[in-house]
Amino acid sequence: METEKVIRVQELTKKFGDFTAVDSISFEVTKGEIFGFLGANGAGKTTAIRMLCGLSLPTSGIASVAGFDVYKQNESIKKNIGYMSQKFSLYEDLTVVENISFYAGIYGLNDNQIREKTGLLLAQLQLEGERKSLVRSLPLGWKQKLAFSIAIVHDPAIVFLDEPTGGVDPITRREFWSMIYAASARGITVFVTTHYMDEAEYCNRVSIMVDGRIEALDSPQNLMSNFEGRSMDDVFLRLARKAQRTS
Amino acid sequence: MRTLKFLLRKELLQIFRDPAIFKILFIMPMVQLLILPLAADYEVKNINLGVVDHDRSAYSRKMVDKIISSGYFRLRDYSSTYAQGLKAIEQDKTDLLLEIPTQFERRLIKENESEILISVNAINGVKAGLGAAYIQGILQDYNMEIRMQWIQDLRFNRIPVIQVVPANWYNPNMNYRMFMVPGILVMLVTMIGSSFASNNIVREKEMGTIEQINVSPIKKAQFIVGKLVPFWILAITVLTMGLILARLVYGIIPLGHYVTIYIFATVYLVAILGLGLLLSTYAQTQQQSMLVSFFITMIFNLLSGLYTPIESMPAWAQMITWFNPVSYFIEVMRMVMLKGSGLADIRYHIFAMIGFALFFNGWAILNYRKRSG
Repeated sequence: METEKVIRVQELTKKFGDFTAVDSISFEVTKGEIFGFLGANGAGKTTAIRMLCGLSLPTSGIASVAGFDVYKQNESIKKNIGYMSQKFSLYEDLTVVENISFYAGIYGLNDNQIREKTGLLLAQLQLEGERKSLVRSLPLGWKQKLAFSIAIVHDPAIVFLDEPTGGVDPITRREFWSMIYAASARGITVFVTTHYMDEAEYCNRVSIMVDGRIEALDSPQNLMSNFEGRSMDDVFLRLARKAQRTS
Repeated sequence: MRTLKFLLRKELLQIFRDPAIFKILFIMPMVQLLILPLAADYEVKNINLGVVDHDRSAYSRKMVDKIISSGYFRLRDYSSTYAQGLKAIEQDKTDLLLEIPTQFERRLIKENESEILISVNAINGVKAGLGAAYIQGILQDYNMEIRMQWIQDLRFNRIPVIQVVPANWYNPNMNYRMFMVPGILVMLVTMIGSSFASNNIVREKEMGTIEQINVSPIKKAQFIVGKLVPFWILAITVLTMGLILARLVYGIIPLGHYVTIYIFATVYLVAILGLGLLLSTYAQTQQQSMLVSFFITMIFNLLSGLYTPIESMPAWAQMITWFNPVSYFIEVMRMVMLKGSGLADIRYHIFAMIGFALFFNGWAILNYRKRSG
């Protein structure tokens, strides 16, 4: 079970006209792993994630997520993944509890499970006092933590997080990452994109994307020793400087 | 079904929580329904009349009196020359100039005929045409009257006169509100339905929440139905309020059954909301969807037969009305309201509307993509 691959990608490519957003990338992600996806803005991270989630049709290549083919079984993939997009996407005009029960409901949880989950989530996030507040009125850090909790409310096999901590303060980021660890401990595979290099060091393995290609893929320790950097910052700068594209 | 329940609950919560939606949905149409029918009147009243009376006789004065007392005309200018009278038209003081020549009375009595000149300001074609027609009608009446007087006085043989007596079926008093109010109601329900439905999905696109829906296992048809039902309920509510208002304020009670109206409205709204949803699957911003739905409903309304009879449109425009759901509903409304038509009479309208509903919603579901290419 240790080496069960939940994501397999081979030469996956996405072209928009003449522009190759994702250029023949290949990798595998093991169950329970925290897999980091690094890259400058415009390197193709979001496009890659959208293909894996079944939101965008690949141009070529092979990919399977949770054992399902991204071309033909994209709707089956959707039952088994959680997704938190770059753009905050809970309903701002619904309350905390309404958001939780809506997303739990459309993933098929029954009323008992929804009640249980709601109580659990509110307790974990210390949002009991805000249960009836509109999501709009919450501070950004809380919103992001709530969005993450809701993305895994149905206990998916994999959760995709697209720059989940953008614009969030360092303390909340730290808390956010402890939530990611907790999810990973429950057996949820975490696929996370970021451009905070300190966060990259929290990942089990990291891939660095430059101009739509994966330039490096290894554990943070190995990357630092291979590229002779003292931190992930050094490694990233060394690789990202090669970029031709401007974002 | 369970997924649908959650979708519907979410939609209704959002609608009821938005104070703007509520105001737009209820107050705006009600105000329009109270004000529009009073203003959108086919009868032309208050036509400003200018008179140049060169004759200044008893007959000419009596004629002018008769015109004024008809209630359609207001005497606004009394000039001594034609040039001055025309100037009043130029200055927009009057719409219509009546010139009575000298010797009008004398010639009328002596030669048994006399001429007068009517000059019309035709900038507003409807006003000009109807004004001239009214005045001709009044003059004919006047003509008849004086002749009758002479006949009686002189004990001549009665001249046989053919008189046309119109019988106005279905709307005996020719009350234009009877057919305008139901029509305006149809227009309101249509505009509200289509623009709200189309704006709603587009708003989810703009907020980014649609991504979260697209990445979930919700089926496309579930999503579309989840959007359709809440707006259907709202539109039916607006229709109901409009019918109540029409009854209370204008005393419009359908000769047929309300049930017939509702059965048709049910299908009609599914079609119109489907059109709105279809637009939203193409539009990327609320501005786009607003403008496009505005454009389409405007054409639908102008070609619906609400303002101008479809039969008097050119053949190509009549063809277009075949593909205009609004014209079907207006016709059905008038049939049920004024003629008392039942379900059997409007069955073809219902079949056509089921076709529209399937077409628009089917297209919307096909074109709504959870995955971009």
